[in-house]
Amino acid sequence: MILLDLFHYWVFIAILMMGFYTVIAKQNLIKKLLGLSLFQSAVFLLFIGIAKVDGGTTPILHPSISTEIFSNPLPQVLILTAIVVGISTSALGLAIVVRIKEAYGSIEEDQIQSKDESA
Amino acid sequence: MTAVFSIFLLCLLVITAAAVIRTTNLFVAVMLMGIFSLLIAVSFFLLDAADVALTEAAVGAGISTVLFLSALAALTEEERKQAGGRVTALISVSITGLLMAYATLHKPDFGDPSAPAHQHLTPWFMQTTAEQIDIPNVITAILGSFRGYDTLGEVFVVLVAGIGVLFLLSSPRPSSQDKRSSEGLKHYLIPRMIGRLLIPFILLFGLYVQFHGEYGPGGGFQAGALIAASIILYGLLEGQQRALAVLPIKFLRLLMASGALLYAGVGVVGILRGSYFLDYSVLAADPVTAQQVGIILIEAGVGMTVTGVLLSVYHAFVARGKLQ
Repeated sequence: MILLDLFHYWVFIAILMMGFYTVIAKQNLIKKLLGLSLFQSAVFLLFIGIAKVDGGTTPILHPSISTEIFSNPLPQVLILTAIVVGISTSALGLAIVVRIKEAYGSIEEDQIQSKDESA
Repeated sequence: MTAVFSIFLLCLLVITAAAVIRTTNLFVAVMLMGIFSLLIAVSFFLLDAADVALTEAAVGAGISTVLFLSALAALTEEERKQAGGRVTALISVSITGLLMAYATLHKPDFGDPSAPAHQHLTPWFMQTTAEQIDIPNVITAILGSFRGYDTLGEVFVVLVAGIGVLFLLSSPRPSSQDKRSSEGLKHYLIPRMIGRLLIPFILLFGLYVQFHGEYGPGGGFQAGALIAASIILYGLLEGQQRALAVLPIKFLRLLMASGALLYAGVGVVGILRGSYFLDYSVLAADPVTAQQVGIILIEAGVGMTVTGVLLSVYHAFVARGKLQ
């Protein structure tokens, strides 16, 4: 059963590392932003996975719900706000990329750098 | 059965993420990222996080994809092939990943009720929500009241990020307006008809999520994203000008600032009534009712700011892409 118990963590690591790789290895700025989103989503997945309790349900207390077991609401709250903040920061990154494109005519890191050095 | 389904979903997530990285067409990469968001939203739902799934589906799969696409309209679509030099990155990423995998061997099992994360504050939150706030959705109670400071900070981060985008993109560029691209999908009958049918329901669902957030999954963040998504859909179908006629840019800027101000204002009222910043229990005679009033007010503030910021950012990107 060790595979089932830890599989969730391994998927988190796989996605996190793919995002990390994209951020450090790709030259394209949009690709880097997508990598950052992947990295971020992996963290969301980890937190929501931690919040899960076996046999639990969504933490909404209602008389019609007979169960006493609820998943942990705290990590869910943290991630809920993080998703909206994540899109705002992504939008800011995109805006910077659009301005870089207008100023340098390229969104490839090496071309931008060579333009900077020749200027 | 659910376990098999969630493992299947997690495998799909990894495959989609790999595809996002491998493709050199940025348009394809952005669309795959939208699929990734939808899959991860389903995973969240299976992990009992209905609120988070709702937010991720509206924000990640909806608005994020639209923002990336409208930014791509101002950029090149193809990623240039790069030559070599990625071995070091691959090695360092693999080593980090393996170290983390080794660390997971000592993590508490997945879904273990005795894991440390479920011991410290959570039982207190579950109990106190029923006693002091008396609303069914514990997530809304924590978000609005127990962690009110944190949420206030997040709202201001969203506001500041929105202001940043507007500063970066709304500088005037003397250029003639391209009439053609502002028409949206007017000549595509099927998406337009289906979209028209969907928009009122998305809007209604957004309002429901806003005002029903204390009882079911929902709240200001989700509602803001849903309302923004419905207006963005309208803009995509009928052209940006029509969307601007519904909610003008000045109104959106007012909306995003006044939402954050409303939230902070509720906190200040707490001080003026002789308690602490963001202590809602003094807002009405009965402390439990006062908590509920406070949460409804700040959720309204959150919804206003999120709607305003997402829509202004969308308009800024579309306008920029068109002027190219």
